[in-house]
Amino acid sequence: MSEVKTFTVNIYTENNIGLLNRISAIFQRRKINIESLSASESEIDDVFKFIIVVNVTEEQMAKIQGQIERQVEVIKAFYHTDEETIFTESALFKIKSNLLFEEPQIQNIIKESQARIVTVNKDFFVLEKAGRRSEIELVHRELKPFGIMQFTRSGRIAVTKTEMPISTLLQRIEESNEVAFGKSQA
Amino acid sequence: MDVKTQNTSDTTTTTMSGSEALIHCLVAEGADLIYGYPGGAIMPFYDELHKHQDKIKHVLTRHEQGATHAAQGFARATGKVGVAIATSGPGATNLITGIADAQIDSTPMVCITGQVGSHLLGSDAFQETDIIGISTPVTKWNHQITRAEEIPEVLAKAFYIARSGRPGPVLIDITKDAQFAEFDFAYAKCDYIRSYTPTPAVNDTEIAQAAKVINEAKKPMIVWGQGVILGEAENEFKAFVEKSGIPAAWTILGVSAIPTEHPLNVGMVGMHGNYAPNVLTNDCDVLIAIGMRFDDRVTGNLATYAKQAKVIHFEIDPAEVNKNVKADIAVLGNSKETLAKILPHIEQKSHKAWHQKFKDLYAIEYEKVIKNDILPTKEGLTMGEVVNLINKQTNGEAIIVTDVGQHQMVGIRYADFKKSKSNITSGGLGTMGFALPAAIGAKMGAPEREVVAIIGDGGYQMTIQELGVIFQAEVPVKIVVLNNEFLGMVRQWQQLFFDKRYASTTMKNPNFCKIAEAYDIDNQKVSTREELGPAVEKMIASKDSFFLEVMVEKEDNVFPMIPTGASVSDIRLE
Repeated sequence: MSEVKTFTVNIYTENNIGLLNRISAIFQRRKINIESLSASESEIDDVFKFIIVVNVTEEQMAKIQGQIERQVEVIKAFYHTDEETIFTESALFKIKSNLLFEEPQIQNIIKESQARIVTVNKDFFVLEKAGRRSEIELVHRELKPFGIMQFTRSGRIAVTKTEMPISTLLQRIEESNEVAFGKSQA
Repeated sequence: MDVKTQNTSDTTTTTMSGSEALIHCLVAEGADLIYGYPGGAIMPFYDELHKHQDKIKHVLTRHEQGATHAAQGFARATGKVGVAIATSGPGATNLITGIADAQIDSTPMVCITGQVGSHLLGSDAFQETDIIGISTPVTKWNHQITRAEEIPEVLAKAFYIARSGRPGPVLIDITKDAQFAEFDFAYAKCDYIRSYTPTPAVNDTEIAQAAKVINEAKKPMIVWGQGVILGEAENEFKAFVEKSGIPAAWTILGVSAIPTEHPLNVGMVGMHGNYAPNVLTNDCDVLIAIGMRFDDRVTGNLATYAKQAKVIHFEIDPAEVNKNVKADIAVLGNSKETLAKILPHIEQKSHKAWHQKFKDLYAIEYEKVIKNDILPTKEGLTMGEVVNLINKQTNGEAIIVTDVGQHQMVGIRYADFKKSKSNITSGGLGTMGFALPAAIGAKMGAPEREVVAIIGDGGYQMTIQELGVIFQAEVPVKIVVLNNEFLGMVRQWQQLFFDKRYASTTMKNPNFCKIAEAYDIDNQKVSTREELGPAVEKMIASKDSFFLEVMVEKEDNVFPMIPTGASVSDIRLE
């Protein structure tokens, strides 16, 4: 309970401009660094999702979950460990084109890491590597001696192995509302 | 956003300006008494207010902070949503202290701020501030309106959020052009937001488990807080206490939910609370927490707080459960519902021997502390004796509003309340300057009740300008300043922990009576016991506002006290 773990937090929300501010403030107040942040639509129409990765104890995580769900525009927050999720990140490397021909080692690195060449022109080429952070860091270490013009890494995206019962939850909410107010809605 | 609204009013639309729509929204939500201060960006709204004076009474305060505290006092005294209005820029930022206070003390409040025209947003325009950004951490919800069409839905949502579940402050920022723009207005109140569950559903298993533990307890203790008052659960709570026969102690925001004199009321917990409930928290076998959040002023050092007890937490906000103190059983829901549901399962009992322990410890506290506070024999006046006289003179029926500091602790410890909603104070934030405007709001909201503000000479000067409201709006509120010419609480700590180095705590005060006189308020200053009794009588008998300054002992200390970081068991009597 008191051991620091990596948690992936999936937060389902109504679309709201200020909500990111509210959610990040919850972590900031407790001096917790957000390791990774991603925002997108979810599998349900008009419901949105934040995916946040943090390193905290399970006890802290439970308290934070309560404070996140207390925000009016948050529908539900779930947290899972690495073992409970399937996750990936993506990185782009921009490198001088002539190196591709002058340095055979680079071609080996690309082949072994299964990085994808996204674009090539006479000045530069761009590699994309998707996978675990350790794999991306390895490619980065190997390419660094040759000179990397630009490097960028995305946040983590993840799906969970077990169900996140958001659809059934929303259905239950809608149904109980209809029961309370009858079928005739404004 | 998925907001459904229930049609409780006429659906035919009328074309009107955003400002006029705001008026109709406020009226529909029952906000007929509001506080505020005009300015450029909120002028269209004030123009409409002027045209609708028959529907809404607006009280001009002397600072926007005064407007928020007045709205809070109003809300605490009545249970309704307090409303404060301000203009953009500095007007809006002046609301923040009061909003933060309402947030931490769960007070229902809606603040409306004017904002520069939407085409100017983000350009550092005159009196422009990002009030949405600034107020986000201290509001339950906030929203900026840039189109008049948004007004009905957003206002409905604002009031619903402010008053439902665990109440709190909401801020709505409205651009000037949205106030001017015309649109087709129709209003419908809000009672459902898809993503918002204000009150968790009551769980019968939790109820059954809790009842079993309570019935089997040998030394059970109740600690109750503001949740009982916010949930309007006073009757259910009283029935629960009486049937279970369990001694019940209160937090400063919970006091008066049951009368002070109730035989099972065993006093105040916390840093300056009563001796018995603090010490016996670490002796009970079951601790039943109802509508309270285990604030650090109540628990002292968490590592040594009620570790031996099974903790049952009756709570409406799931985020509070297990936040500070681990609950063995959490009974989620509004205490009005949960206490009613558990009552049939509770066995009628009395815990005479256990209750006697509270009485025995109280006797010790009475001898060592209380007697000297309320019935002193030495020459100088004590805060306690003033409070005691006020209680006697008001027969325990008044609303007592306290500011922050030594007088606050003394005022609440020795309060003698007969009815609920009698105590109004700044608990979680401890905002000095709270009491004067809050007392004004309370008196205007509950004019049938006597309202007495007890304030220190420091806090009084933080919002002294609000005397202007008493003068202009003719509010018959009673103000007592307990003057020890010090920032008393800080001075006490400097004496106990900083070797009496009184850094910036000596106050050279003006002639407070002259100031009251300038505002046409009847006033008197007393320094002796002979003068005090008649002065308090005169003040309470008056039908007008009254200011009473009492010169009290300069270096008296408030005891008992749990020093920071200490255990509740180590509460000091001297």
